[in-house]
Amino acid sequence: MDQFHFDDATKKEISTFLEREQAQARINNQIQSFTSMCWDKCITGTPGSRFARGEEACLANCVERFLDSSLFMVGQIQQQQQQLQRAQGASS
Amino acid sequence: MSDFFKSASVPRLDAAAQKEAVMNSIRSEIALVNAQELMNKTNEKCFAKCVLKPGTSLSSSEETCLARCMDRYMEAFNVVSRSYTQRISKESNQMREGTL
Repeated sequence: MDQFHFDDATKKEISTFLEREQAQARINNQIQSFTSMCWDKCITGTPGSRFARGEEACLANCVERFLDSSLFMVGQIQQQQQQLQRAQGASS
Repeated sequence: MSDFFKSASVPRLDAAAQKEAVMNSIRSEIALVNAQELMNKTNEKCFAKCVLKPGTSLSSSEETCLARCMDRYMEAFNVVSRSYTQRISKESNQMREGTL
């Protein structure tokens, strides 16, 4: 970036811009991978001229439930850790 | 004389314009990568669905299927994008309320 002779304020502005674009790119990657995964789960027949009954709702639910599953499993692991700590506290 | 050339040759012209150019090229680079990824995925998914037994050429029914499949995949992308975006904004609202 040195080839551009930007002042510090501009450099800062560009780096903020980059961070925002990178965050957006990460979200876009997620959307791509959800689309791929949920397409396999929800679109079972030959593609028609519009979605079959329930397919669109399935796609939306698929995203929501995937995120729920992820949160649920994080919660499970936290619980297990707490139980482990409590057991260790009791034995010592 | 030499000073004149020096100041003229260094393109100090317009820092704002340069900044805009850098940002725009980053934006279009990201958009291109995104579009390519979507195209690749669409091709992969629709080939799997529509061309079950590859023959010597694409049949017209395979082509019909591919065209519809492409439309549906893009639509699926939009549905997923909408519900993911809604979820993100819902959860960031909850987080904000939680800290207040």
